Amino acid sequence: MKALLVRDLKLAVRAGGGFGLGLAFFLIVVVLVPFAVGPETALLTRIAPGILWIGALLACLLSLDRILALDREDGSLDLIATAPLPLEAAVSVKALAHWLTTGLPLVIAAPVLGVLLNLRGEGYGWLVVSLAIGTPALSVIGTFGAALTVGIKRGGLLLSLLVLPLYVPVLIFGAEVARRGAEGLSVATPLALLGAVTCGTIALLPFASAAVLRVNLR
Amino acid sequence: MASIWEYANPRKFMSVTDRVLPWIAGLSAIALVAGLAWGFFLTPDDYRQGSTVKIIYLHVPAALMAINGWLMMLAASLVWLVRRHHVSALAARAAAPVGAVMTVIALLTGAIWGQPMWGTWWAWDPRLTSFLILFLFYLGYIALWAAIEDGDTAADLTSVLCLVGSVFALLSRYAVNFWNQGLHQGASLSLDKEENVADVFYFPLLLCIAGFVLFFLALVLLRTRTEIRARRMRALMARERMA
Repeated sequence: MKALLVRDLKLAVRAGGGFGLGLAFFLIVVVLVPFAVGPETALLTRIAPGILWIGALLACLLSLDRILALDREDGSLDLIATAPLPLEAAVSVKALAHWLTTGLPLVIAAPVLGVLLNLRGEGYGWLVVSLAIGTPALSVIGTFGAALTVGIKRGGLLLSLLVLPLYVPVLIFGAEVARRGAEGLSVATPLALLGAVTCGTIALLPFASAAVLRVNLR
Repeated sequence: MASIWEYANPRKFMSVTDRVLPWIAGLSAIALVAGLAWGFFLTPDDYRQGSTVKIIYLHVPAALMAINGWLMMLAASLVWLVRRHHVSALAARAAAPVGAVMTVIALLTGAIWGQPMWGTWWAWDPRLTSFLILFLFYLGYIALWAAIEDGDTAADLTSVLCLVGSVFALLSRYAVNFWNQGLHQGASLSLDKEENVADVFYFPLLLCIAGFVLFFLALVLLRTRTEIRARRMRALMARERMA
């Protein structure tokens, strides 16, 4: 398990792994928004939590097809599937590696980009907390989508179509935590629900991912 | 001992539906024509909504079938995953576009009603939003079916997607409630209204719902039969090539 994790991390960080691409994409989305809606700081302050959440979500989506497709191409996915490690565990490790290389940098970068969008001072803490709790769910759901489409050539668009509706609950609760945090309201309810969604997906979705991966490797 | 699973045999299914389908289609036509005519011409205008109230005869049954269509797909997917009956997988595939169209009908009639009543075509009301999300789920499901060539693989993958999607659709339904409940306009479309609706509107509505249920059933059976025939044809062509 550890070997698989280390391998995935190394592959992601080294040349051609696309590490940092998600971050750059996140930065560009956040930079483009003021061009689209105008530079008034009051407006930007109001929509900043939502923009940061949707940016993080899209950046996460962008790197999903790398989770399994590359391994499928060079054949290592077959080796992983035949290894003594249960496929459920392998899929979970893949999701964890994806989160460490995509989700975690986004969480760390979000406050910096919050400055660009003139996020309110109270909002930074809750923004980071909501992203830190929410992005693991994005990775796990994304791994499920990647497992579904791993057998399809150029399945990137299909992957987005399948995964984005599944992201709705996470986005709603996550953005709500960030918004309420920025406006100084109580965040307890959406935070609890966000945590529940994340825990639920982490506990259950790897089984579905492993099941569809088995079908695809058949 | 006749078991319900006998109908999962494609030949049995074909012969039974061959006999039953004209009846279902005919009954659905009668119920729809009678229900809509009754609803449109023989019921009084609502004192507050005027004649726009009559769109309820399309809107409510379509919305009902949009949700029940997904439930039917869920049941068929489960049957496929557990018992591997091909007819079940094909029925789920056949139901998806019908359900998607029902969702569109519900959304469109809702918008047409909403324009004079609420003064807007669209509001980010929980009920409307969750229907839009349901439509996205339908789209993803149909797209996944279309993207995979091998029939059994596609059936397996879409079945799992349907199961996972059902959980998330339900989750989104309540998440959306949480996200925006201040508007409360959705209450005018809520299921409780059916009990509140006066009998003069209620009976034609029931007839329309029955018509839509039968219509949905007829379309799904027809499409399933088409799928079975298409699959048989492919098998025959493959055999020809082998010979």
